[in-house]
Amino acid sequence: MKNKLDIKQVYDLYKNKEVSCYEVTKSCIDWIAKVNPFLDAFTTINAKALDEAKKKDKQQVKNTALWGIPIVIKDNFLTKGFRTTASSRVLDDYIPQYNATVVNRLLGAGAIILGKTNMDAWAHGSSTETSDYGVTKNPWDLTRIPGGSSGGSAAATISDMCITSIGSETAGSVRGPAAWCGCVGLKPTYGRVSRYGVIAMGSSLDCPGPITKTVYDSAYILEILAGRDPYDATTSDNLPTKYTSFLGKEIKGMKIAIARQYLLPEMKSEVKDFIIKAGKVLEDLGANVEYADTLNPEYAVADYTVIQRSEDWELLHFRKVTRMNTIKKPRK
Amino acid sequence: MKKTSKTDIIHIAKLANLTIAEVESVKLQKQFKETLREVDKLKKLNTMTVAGTYHVTGVKNVLRGDIIDKERVLSQDAALSNANRVFNGYFVVPAIFDEK
Repeated sequence: MKNKLDIKQVYDLYKNKEVSCYEVTKSCIDWIAKVNPFLDAFTTINAKALDEAKKKDKQQVKNTALWGIPIVIKDNFLTKGFRTTASSRVLDDYIPQYNATVVNRLLGAGAIILGKTNMDAWAHGSSTETSDYGVTKNPWDLTRIPGGSSGGSAAATISDMCITSIGSETAGSVRGPAAWCGCVGLKPTYGRVSRYGVIAMGSSLDCPGPITKTVYDSAYILEILAGRDPYDATTSDNLPTKYTSFLGKEIKGMKIAIARQYLLPEMKSEVKDFIIKAGKVLEDLGANVEYADTLNPEYAVADYTVIQRSEDWELLHFRKVTRMNTIKKPRK
Repeated sequence: MKKTSKTDIIHIAKLANLTIAEVESVKLQKQFKETLREVDKLKKLNTMTVAGTYHVTGVKNVLRGDIIDKERVLSQDAALSNANRVFNGYFVVPAIFDEK
């Protein structure tokens, strides 16, 4: 069951030549065939993944960061020659002519793309229920939803259909499903990771980010994705750091704030208690945990609503104009 | 808060060149109301002393030379590969003006 491993474990096995790329990819593909019919975590599965793995095994170079790592990508990242739908029938037969920068960086690092994951159509939602390709289920309980909009990536990761995955977030679309499914979701600062080739929702808000099995893997993937991209003028000039070098260190003296206003009265106690408990754990490890006051989050939501809906409208309208008018007949 | 009428919705839809059904206009009216309610919330805040902000990360305009990046240029065939109708290497889209 090599599909159960995380990036670091697979990387080490490859380094010591204990397992082939084909074996790892095959175990993921076999598991997808078995459990995906229950989870609907994919819009498209890469039928050539095993051939690509075989090719990898014939290569001599094996020291790139993600060499032979089977990865899945949210279906709003353009993948050259591979269908990209954003979970909307409008794009049912859309075959991108170029890769998103994120996809280029992952492939450049040696990753194998197993497939594109289900999401709320156009990323409009927080549940993955609005997909035109079926509702993704939460692997822990099939009667529940995985959160969204990157629900397919989170469900695929925690159910071990892949080694790791990529999602994107405008307001909670990485962190939400990661939390609901119990994996690690990282939303980088806006501009840290290029948006080039990501089907946009709110251009001044969108952030691609990893959804992984471990914290290490998230830091590791961010090292690969982060950095200036000439094709996205909003990417930061600040050089990325070796994020993994910060892991495993003491957190003594670190200042951590818990925003009091975000512990909403309507929040379920099983959630609220765990946030408070997490603060305690950090405190016991030596961090200074303080409850801080922020502006009422309802104003943040109001601000967000105005900005997001304006930007989204403009982008969707552009899609409609460029796509609907020239689209090939959607498949029935 | 100004009330959004069904006539407003139909007018906006017309401006956006969208065809909407009767049932949709009712739904959209409700959704419009929700959005405007969010705008109204912001009116409650006194922002007189707050400096204008363009973006929280302080992004600035980025300019580049007007140079063609050959790596990024699509061939004409590639550019047209997702089009429904093409003619002599162009996209064919519905006419905007009536012929008469």
